[in-house]
Amino acid sequence: MMTVNWLMSDAPETRWQAGLGQAYRTSRALFANPLALVGLVIILGLLLVAAFAPWIAPYSPIESDLSARLLPPSAAHWMGTDELGRDIMSRIIHGSRITLYIVLLVAVISAPLGLLIGTMAGYFGGWVDRVLMGLTDIFLSMPRLIMALAFVAALGPGIENAVIAIAITAWPVYARIARAETLTFRNAEFMSAIRMQGASHARIIVRHVMPLCLSSTIVRVTLDMAGIILTAAGLGFLGLGAQPPMPEWGAMISSGRAFILDQWWVATMPGFAIVVVSLGFCLFGDGLRDVLDPRNRT
Amino acid sequence: MTAVRLSARPVPPSLRWLKTGAGFLATLSLTFLGLLLITFVIGRVVPIDPVLAVVGDRAPQEVYDAVKLEMGLNDPLWLQFIHYVGSVLQGDLGMAVSSQRPVIEELGRVFPATLEMATLGILIGVFIGVPAGVVAAANQGRWVDQVIRVIGLAGYAIPAFWLGLVGLALFYAHLHWVGGPGRLDIFMEGLVKPKTGLLLLDSALAGEWGVFRSAVSHIVLPAFILGFFSLAYIARMTRSFMLDQLSQEYIVTARVKGAPERVVIWRHAFRAIRIQLVTVIGLSFAQLLEGSVMIETVFSWPGIGNYLTNALLNADMNAVLGATLVIGAVFIGINRLSDLLYRILDPRARA
Repeated sequence: MMTVNWLMSDAPETRWQAGLGQAYRTSRALFANPLALVGLVIILGLLLVAAFAPWIAPYSPIESDLSARLLPPSAAHWMGTDELGRDIMSRIIHGSRITLYIVLLVAVISAPLGLLIGTMAGYFGGWVDRVLMGLTDIFLSMPRLIMALAFVAALGPGIENAVIAIAITAWPVYARIARAETLTFRNAEFMSAIRMQGASHARIIVRHVMPLCLSSTIVRVTLDMAGIILTAAGLGFLGLGAQPPMPEWGAMISSGRAFILDQWWVATMPGFAIVVVSLGFCLFGDGLRDVLDPRNRT
Repeated sequence: MTAVRLSARPVPPSLRWLKTGAGFLATLSLTFLGLLLITFVIGRVVPIDPVLAVVGDRAPQEVYDAVKLEMGLNDPLWLQFIHYVGSVLQGDLGMAVSSQRPVIEELGRVFPATLEMATLGILIGVFIGVPAGVVAAANQGRWVDQVIRVIGLAGYAIPAFWLGLVGLALFYAHLHWVGGPGRLDIFMEGLVKPKTGLLLLDSALAGEWGVFRSAVSHIVLPAFILGFFSLAYIARMTRSFMLDQLSQEYIVTARVKGAPERVVIWRHAFRAIRIQLVTVIGLSFAQLLEGSVMIETVFSWPGIGNYLTNALLNADMNAVLGATLVIGAVFIGINRLSDLLYRILDPRARA
C-alpha cells in the first residue's frame, strides 16, 4: 500500500519517482483494457519465442529430410513439413527472429528520422517548415508498397535492403505527427524559459522538444508495426526480402504457393503466424493510443 | 486606404475558385515532380549499367563510349533529369528489355485488367463497408459492432497475398465455386476482341455470354479479396465518423423531438459524414491499386501489378520504373482529387 501511495504521489520528490509513477498509471490503464492485454501477451510471446527459438523448436529450421517431404500436420510435426521435409513449426519459430529483426530495425531507423524532421519543421517554422513538410507531403502521397518495391529493385533483394526500403517509406507519418505535436507547445512559456537560459537550438530540440513528441510517435510506431510486418512479408513473398533458406514467413508462404492446391498447410501455416503477430501489434497499439494519446482517438 | 477596404471585402467566388484551382495544380505538379525525381534516382542507383544493357558486354570501348554519349549519360545529372522529365511527359518510358517493346504500350495493354478488378473491389468496399460502419456505430458495443470491429482489424493484420492463396485453395480447389487464376478459362482466351480492355464489358457488348460467365467466375474471388481490405478500412472509418456525429447535441435534439432512430441515423448523422467519406473512399481506391500488386501476383491476373512483379524478377528496370510511375501517378492523382473534392464540398475547409 505504501508503495502505491508513493507511486501515485501528487508531489513526487525526484524525477525518478515521477517517472515511475507515470509508468505505473499508464500500465494500470493498459491492464484495464482486455484487448490491449491480449496484444501485449502476443508481443511478449513473440519476444520469448524469438529469444529461445533454438530451445523451443523441435527440429532444425534449415536441415532437410527428404524422406519426410510434405507431411500433413500430425503429432510429430504439428504444422506438417514442407517440400524439403523441414518441420514448418520449427521454421516459423525461428522465423520470429527475422520478423522481430525487421520490425525493430525499421522502427529504429524511421522513427528517429521522422521525429527529427518533424520537430525541426515545427520548431523553426518559416521556410525550414515549408521545405521539410513539402518533402514529407511528397513522400506521404506516394504509394508505400510500390515505392518499397522499386527501392528494393534498385538496391537488390535481401533483408537489409528490404529494411532500408521500408524505412524510407515509413518516416513521413512520424514527421507529420511530431510536427503537429511540436506546434502545440512551440510558443509555451517553458520554451521561452529554456531559450532565455541560453540553450542552443540543437539542445532544445533534442532535450526538450523530442521527449514531448515521443509518446505519440511510439503509439504510431506500434500501430504501424502491423503494416511493416505485412510489407516485409510481402517483399519476402515476391522473393525480394529474406532469401532462402532463411525461414522468413513471407518467403515460406511463397515457397508453399506451388503446393497450395494439395498440400495447403505449407503456405497456410506461416500466414497464421503473420496474422497473429500483426493483430497483437494492432491491439496493443490501439490500447496504447487510448492511454497515452486520448486526443487522437479514431 | 483602398487596399484595406479591398482586403476586408469577401473574396469573390470566382477568384476563390481560381485560387483553389491554382494551388491544387501547383501541389499536384510538385508532387509529380517528386515522384519523377524518386524514380530517376532509383534508376541511377541501380547497379545495372544501362549502356551495357544496350551494347552487350563484348562491345569494344569505342562503341560503348559512343552509345554512352548518345544516351546522354555524360551530361550532368540535373540535365539528365530534365531530359528524363521531358521524355516521360512525351509518354516515352523506354523499352522493356525482355520484350523489346515500348513500356508505355505494354502498360496500356495491362492497365484495363487492373482497372476492372480495382473498380469491382471498391464497389464491394463501398456498398458493404459504408452500411456496415453505420450499423456498427448505431449498435455500439453490441455483437454486430464487435463483429464489424474484428473485420476492421483483420483488414490491418491479414496479408493480402496469403488471403488470396487461402481463398484459391478453399473456393477454387476444394469447393469449385469460382474459376482459378487468370482472367478466363484457357479455351475461351481470344474469343472476344478487346475494345475497352474491360473483359466484362467487352464480352457483354459482343453478346458472348459464355465468355462473360467465365470472366465473372474468374474475377469474383480476387475482386472480393481486394474489396475485403477496402471494406475493412471503409467500415472502420465510417464507424468512427458516425460515433463522432452521434455524440453531438443535434442528435440528442432530434431524438428528443421524437424522430425515429432510422431518421436520426441516416438522415441526420449519415448526411453529415458524407463529405468525410469521399476522402476515405478516394484514399482506399488508391490503396486498392497498390493492393492489387499482391493479389494480381497470386491470381496470375494480367494487370499492372503482375506486370510490375514480373519485371522485378527479370530485373527489367525500365518496366519496373514505368509501372511504378504509372501506379504512383494514378495514386497521387486520386489522392489529390479527393482532397480537392473535400475542399469544394466542405465549406469549413475552404477558409
